[in-house]
Amino acid sequence: MRRPILVFSCVLAAGCATPDSAPLAPAVPARAEPAEGAYHSTYHRIDSPPVLITNATVLTGDGRRLDDAGVLVRDGVIESVGTGLQAPDGVQVVDGSGKWVTPGLIDSHSHLGVYPSPVVPAHADGNEMTDPNTAEVWAEHGVWPQDPGFDAARAGGITALQVLPGSANLFGGRTVTLKNVPAGTVQAMKFPGAPHGLKMACGENPKRIYGAMLQKFPMTRMGDVAGYRAAFAKAADYRQKWREYAESQGEDKEKPRPERDLELDTLAKVLEGEIAVHHHCYRADEMALVLDVAREFGYRVASFHHATEAYKIADLLAANDVCASIWADWWGFKMEALDGIRENAALLQRAGACVIIHSDSSTGIQRLNQEAAKAMASANRMGIEVDEAQAIRWLTQNPAKALGIAGRTGTLAAGKMADLVLWDRNPFSVYAKAEKVYVDGALVFDRADPARQAESDFMLGILPAEAVQP
Amino acid sequence: MSPRFFALLGLCALLMAPAAAAESWAITGARLHTLGPSGVIENGTIVIRHGRIEAVGADVDVPLDAQRIDAAGKIVTPGLYDAYSYIGVVEVSLVVETDDRVQSGARYTASFRVADAINPRSTLIPVNRIEGITRAVVTPAVAAESFSSPVAGLGSVIHLGGVEDYLVARDAALYVHLGEEGAALAGGARGLTLMRLREALQDARDFSEHRGAFEARARRQYSASRPDLEALAETLDGERPVVVSVDRASDIRTALRLADEFGLKLVVAGGAEAWMEADRLAAAQVPVILDPLENLPDRFESLGATLENAARLHAAGVTVAFATGESHNARNMRQAAGNAVAYGLPWDAALAAMTVNPARIFGMEGATGSLQAGKDADLVIWDGDPLEVTSAAERVFIRGRDIPMVSRHTLLRDRYGNDAGPLPPQYPH
Repeated sequence: MRRPILVFSCVLAAGCATPDSAPLAPAVPARAEPAEGAYHSTYHRIDSPPVLITNATVLTGDGRRLDDAGVLVRDGVIESVGTGLQAPDGVQVVDGSGKWVTPGLIDSHSHLGVYPSPVVPAHADGNEMTDPNTAEVWAEHGVWPQDPGFDAARAGGITALQVLPGSANLFGGRTVTLKNVPAGTVQAMKFPGAPHGLKMACGENPKRIYGAMLQKFPMTRMGDVAGYRAAFAKAADYRQKWREYAESQGEDKEKPRPERDLELDTLAKVLEGEIAVHHHCYRADEMALVLDVAREFGYRVASFHHATEAYKIADLLAANDVCASIWADWWGFKMEALDGIRENAALLQRAGACVIIHSDSSTGIQRLNQEAAKAMASANRMGIEVDEAQAIRWLTQNPAKALGIAGRTGTLAAGKMADLVLWDRNPFSVYAKAEKVYVDGALVFDRADPARQAESDFMLGILPAEAVQP
Repeated sequence: MSPRFFALLGLCALLMAPAAAAESWAITGARLHTLGPSGVIENGTIVIRHGRIEAVGADVDVPLDAQRIDAAGKIVTPGLYDAYSYIGVVEVSLVVETDDRVQSGARYTASFRVADAINPRSTLIPVNRIEGITRAVVTPAVAAESFSSPVAGLGSVIHLGGVEDYLVARDAALYVHLGEEGAALAGGARGLTLMRLREALQDARDFSEHRGAFEARARRQYSASRPDLEALAETLDGERPVVVSVDRASDIRTALRLADEFGLKLVVAGGAEAWMEADRLAAAQVPVILDPLENLPDRFESLGATLENAARLHAAGVTVAFATGESHNARNMRQAAGNAVAYGLPWDAALAAMTVNPARIFGMEGATGSLQAGKDADLVIWDGDPLEVTSAAERVFIRGRDIPMVSRHTLLRDRYGNDAGPLPPQYPH
């Protein structure tokens, strides 16, 4: 039985948000962060033979459904999607009769690796609860790649995920987007070229942890907003100093090099548009306030996270092109989550807003398809028509957009990364299972083949397995 | 006759209609999953009268006075149990004033009773009952890692169909925590938990055998307060289930030994590794209340957690009931049940784990858990497979009451989902 206390601490400690067209290039050296190029991805796709999946129902992730269709994958990318595809010589054919193909699922909000299983204090690496502003910390520096949750998520069709710091702080730190592949280092999981996000948090969590528990700033929602503004005001000055320094290079009066500040590095990059904001925020009124702060300082909120009241300001979110990363139906665990309803996604979708179904849970991430199915069914019951081809976008194209990787993955289109899932039936069924999961064309999970079911080091020999027990 | 007469007649009919409606219903044409001796009945009829099921079957006559509900193409099941629930004792989990699950301190533990705190007007009740949850076993909880007691107190069975007679069984079960949690509560080690429990149970036995001497102060000092001793004494060698939260296989063995020593009617809750002791549990006829979605090694006591837990226990002959422990969304239990089916549990067994099995575990089988004549009319009409995430409850009856399909959530949905009028949505329109 999930322990309520643990569940809540996870929610309390959790938090999150992202931009779309952020540049995929590594950090620009001359300006603020000369050293960031060192922290690059070492991910390499697993070499795999070309594969053609045939005769399947294909949800492309951009709103289309193709019946009796196929997907041809070669050299890690999607070569073609459509009906009547022929298998060229040497291409392995997977019969998809009666089965469905979708893009790999993308979770915009996970704490896998930073709050891994087993849940012990030694593993609590997701909340640097030492100051309300810890924009200088990076989630990737706390990710434990051996978290067995990655393997469980892969069996649920997750091919990419954003791992965020928790929501204790106004500025929790940088997020990281990972490919869900087994690896020994976080660098080998980092989605190549994916921009960082910045985790920010509204409301009760910073208030409770700093105000109520530690008797310091921020104690109120007023303090939350003042904290955002003060930090961005400082970051704007910092950015200006580095600009002036860069512009003075080579001139007669070269300016002195400003002192490096890791916290302000992150915030300056937000102001540059290189890092998108992922803002943990439940209440409608608070989300509207955050949009004002973003307007004052000229940055972009890629996604509100949790956003249980997003449906109350669906038009505002649509007009500002801000995604809402939401649960299908969580509610009531705290005051700011009281008004969560199952039709949140439906009402956002009707308004033309960007809907993302996220997990924030090592259990939920294993079945995001079911969560989307509940939200889809609730929409249809209230007369807002949402079919599978639309609903799958909540798990694929839309999170890819929020994470700034939509040009690379999230839909099944020629030239994109071959991240996809073969389901044994309509994935919007509780009985559906991911049969085969491909990341960059490599079969990273096969339900029928134990040789394609990765297991974390942690699980080896720790249970009374046959190999260990007499 | 005058128009006035007809108007009066009409008024009378109006006034009487609701009463009549509450009296008798006939649901026809549905597939009935009775969970009882009648099994599955295609195109069946259920007659409800005076809050009870009057008749159920394929060839049942519809009484003339019954309101008829055409349920052709639908599925009818018994109402669902939330077998490990905080419904009624918590409103907003982090608003401590609304949370009556946990007692602190060690003076009253076994005698701590949730019944006194249950709020039948909780918003959690409509949210969950319109999705098919009709009964809850309301459970006391323990504070995380405080120095108190591994004994949480007494839980109650309630129905979710009204604010008057909601309490069905006041002190239905005693709750105890072993394993990591129990160890933390007892002072840091599993052995200490067991020592405390044994001492309290031995004292309770002595107390019940020498009550007079105790009253005359002619008995040694006991480790527990008088109310606790009474609660424990009632549980010894008794019919009241003792629900023990325990996950690790070796801890389950410990629980079995303890139950054997004191004649406790053991129920395992949690049971992440229960499948590893399935044969023992089956032999001892110990049921398991579990969350079918628990599959990660979140604790060192749940390293063996697997999605196949329910299937393996069922195959070994263990009675399984479901609960997720997430009371705000107890409604998602059927999703969890669907997942158990996806991982090997027979569909009928998954439905039983939410109906007849919890009823049996908590001694409610005589009145609930299946669709049988004479039982309480707790039932749900589903628009499709009740375990499927895209299905929904269309009508719910609890003790024969036609439940309005309204909750705070549907009101919010309608407020923000309906076409905006000229006034802000906070005005009724």
